Amino acid sequence: MTKTLQSSRRSFLQSSAALSLLGAAGLSGCASMSGVPSKAKVVVIGGGYGGATAAKYVRLLSDYKIDVVLIEPQAAFVSCPMSNLVVSGVKKIDYLTTSYVGLSKNHGITVVKDFADNIDTAKKTVTLRGGSVIAYDKLVVSPGVDLMFGGVEGLQAANASGQILQAWKAGAETVALRKQLEAMPDGGVFAITIPEAPYRCPPGPYERASVVAGYFKTAKPRSKVLILDANPDVTSKGALFKKVWADQYKGMVEYRPQHKAVAVDARTNTVKFDVQNDVKAAVLNVIPSMRAGAIAVKAGLNNQANNRWCGVNYLTFESTAAKDVHVLGDSIQVAPAMPKSGHMANSHGKVAASAIVAQLAGWDVNPAPMLTNTCYSFVDEKNVVHVASVHEYVAAEKTFKTVAGSGGLSAAPSELEGVYALNWASNIWADSLT
Amino acid sequence: MKIKPLTVLAASVFCLANSAFAQANAGKEALYVKSLAATCANCHGTNGKSVDGSTVPSLAGLGKAYHIAQMTAFKNGTRPATIMHQLSKGYSDAQIETLATYFAAQKK
Repeated sequence: MTKTLQSSRRSFLQSSAALSLLGAAGLSGCASMSGVPSKAKVVVIGGGYGGATAAKYVRLLSDYKIDVVLIEPQAAFVSCPMSNLVVSGVKKIDYLTTSYVGLSKNHGITVVKDFADNIDTAKKTVTLRGGSVIAYDKLVVSPGVDLMFGGVEGLQAANASGQILQAWKAGAETVALRKQLEAMPDGGVFAITIPEAPYRCPPGPYERASVVAGYFKTAKPRSKVLILDANPDVTSKGALFKKVWADQYKGMVEYRPQHKAVAVDARTNTVKFDVQNDVKAAVLNVIPSMRAGAIAVKAGLNNQANNRWCGVNYLTFESTAAKDVHVLGDSIQVAPAMPKSGHMANSHGKVAASAIVAQLAGWDVNPAPMLTNTCYSFVDEKNVVHVASVHEYVAAEKTFKTVAGSGGLSAAPSELEGVYALNWASNIWADSLT
Repeated sequence: MKIKPLTVLAASVFCLANSAFAQANAGKEALYVKSLAATCANCHGTNGKSVDGSTVPSLAGLGKAYHIAQMTAFKNGTRPATIMHQLSKGYSDAQIETLATYFAAQKK
């Protein structure tokens, strides 16, 4: 089977080489001067866990017969999962970073480094900021979340100046937050605010608070971590995190529910809440509320929850607002018990890829798709807890539900799960990107 | 018996259509199996091939009977685990057999 794959891939590559020769000779109008194809069977917007996986799996599941163009403005993928280890100083940003070369070299995907500026769902075209227009048969939209800075007065400016960071989209801010923590004198307060659910990575803020406390415990033992949560209680792995805070970080971590941030004062590094008293901190990490990525909103795919998220048919992840457009990952209106996570976005990508391959072949789509979620959280440098679930499509209710009796949490943090967490990362990065 | 050319033509068209249908059906079924197997790939690697040096085992090339026995042991709690006792319970016995057959046929 591998042989057939390789040979069909080789002949595909040869025929594309022949096509581009024709293009270069001016006999074909298919390739523009910029090298961006003017059409593709499948165009994918966004090279995160959802989009990259969908691009790769359309190629794999079609035996390399369907051509795929991936549009991603960033030069490389930077993982949000594991980024708290950069914040706590255990890892460097390079550890989170994977090149897109694997997708083009190993799978023949055309990776276009540009920003998708506009989608015409009637004409079935995508316009890039660079000016190119690409026509598609099938479009995958996986732009992740947009941070709603406007919901917290003063935050946009304080963030732009580099003073009050979100560090929720991994990258330069992750490194900058680490630097703020390193520069903070011993005895300082690190305050993190959490928006109302749903937001990307439910346990992420609590993991961040825990691993920063782990760093303080050895490097700055008089310092404090203050968790200011808009939600009524810890939204994920609550009992496990609370036990860690009580056992490992007594007197160092304080959890305050019902704290909805509404404004920041950059002059005094203070955060204000709708009801509760202001909090001043040495390092302030304000995570704003989130919504579907801008391109999904611009294309009118955000038809759920007061236009915050994109409705999909869960059998195929096809948008309920536009035909032949599949929306994945953090941008969607989730099914019950479906977290906004990287692992889940990767799972969405595979279900969508399978549906797209079937639809383009004229077959019925898989009537019983499955999804998994595995989410590891570090509580210090080495110890980890997890939450896991398996989701099946329930045709009668047209949604995904967790399989009864499956899934669950760790009994307690362990170093063994710490090892598995790091291996989870290396495998999912490879599964999505190489 | 004299066979009319038209009958031959009709028969071969039927055969062609039938084999095209069988091929499409086989393609479709294979796609569904690969889609199910892809739910393992997040942790165990694409096509069940874990990255080099990983503590998460590869599933590719695993003996079918062994694979089924391990998944069953995870499910009924006789093989202790950090996470597989929870994930294995999400798959039916029939799905586990499908997965075990698929991964046994993958190159290590």
